[in-house]
Amino acid sequence: MRAAFALLVVAVLALAVTPFASAAQSTPSDTVLEARVRAVASELRCPVCQGESIQDSPSALAQEMRTIVREQLAAGKSPDDVKRYFTDKYGEWILLRPRAVGWNVLVYVLPVIALLVGAAVVMRATRRWAAQPQGAPAVPGDPEKAQTG
Amino acid sequence: MNWRRAAIATGFAIPLVALFSYGMTRDPREIPSPLPGRAAPDFALEVFRAGDDARDGPSPGDTIKFADLRGKVVVVNFWASWCLACRDEHEALSRVARAYADRGVQFLGVLYSDRPASGMAWISDMGGQSYPSVRDPGSRTAIEFGLYGVPETFIIGTDGRVSYKHIGPVTEQLLIEKIEPILPPVAAQ
Repeated sequence: MRAAFALLVVAVLALAVTPFASAAQSTPSDTVLEARVRAVASELRCPVCQGESIQDSPSALAQEMRTIVREQLAAGKSPDDVKRYFTDKYGEWILLRPRAVGWNVLVYVLPVIALLVGAAVVMRATRRWAAQPQGAPAVPGDPEKAQTG
Repeated sequence: MNWRRAAIATGFAIPLVALFSYGMTRDPREIPSPLPGRAAPDFALEVFRAGDDARDGPSPGDTIKFADLRGKVVVVNFWASWCLACRDEHEALSRVARAYADRGVQFLGVLYSDRPASGMAWISDMGGQSYPSVRDPGSRTAIEFGLYGVPETFIIGTDGRVSYKHIGPVTEQLLIEKIEPILPPVAAQ
């Protein structure tokens, strides 16, 4: 009975010490691998969440997908290889940042075009206002002015 | 001048409204799967509950390998005991599996993110299941199939390619419609 108790104490102590032991054993290469896992995982969408990466999601599926990312990177695969593995299964949808091919290009080009068009409109309007003589209405189509003129 | 402005504003508004309207017709949760038409992922999964009709079929503890099912139509259904929609399709799956068991069609229930004990209790509650249930530790096979929820059902042809993927509960009619055209040649005669 006492032997069993002693064994239990040893087992509990061993379990309690395990996290510290593994933390102490982490090497610089582990840290590098974890950083790479984080980088790839934050670019992959969690399939069971809404707009969350597998890096940010606490779901069981996301955790398992992170494990796969870690395993594949540790086995020497490149981040692109790992992403390709997931796009093979889930399609382009799994990438949080779509590749700039085909219609996807619009996602990158449209905001720039919108910005340029907006800047041009603002510039033209500013010039027109600046060109107006002082005392003239700042707002074109001023109702009072329209009535008198 | 005002006409010109109105024309420019309309020119911008029409494509935007068209784009937003198109967006409203789409389900954001629907993922276009690249799997149909492609070779099904390989798997080897441990049986935790034999099918009710298993005469010489796999028993609990056996491993079902995809490679051993070549030449058969394989219907892989992902489910879980916590999944409400899985209740709606269970009877249809069990019935169609029984009807096609002798015609070269193998049904498989893959338990997703769940404990086999809960799965067994659920099947008993539902009144049994004609085909075997397998476990998928770490959801590895689920990820290989590009799963994003349950229930999802994959129908794999005799050539080992995914011929159809269904998201959500299946019906008896849908299963028959999808299985009949791809039955193994011997069984079709």
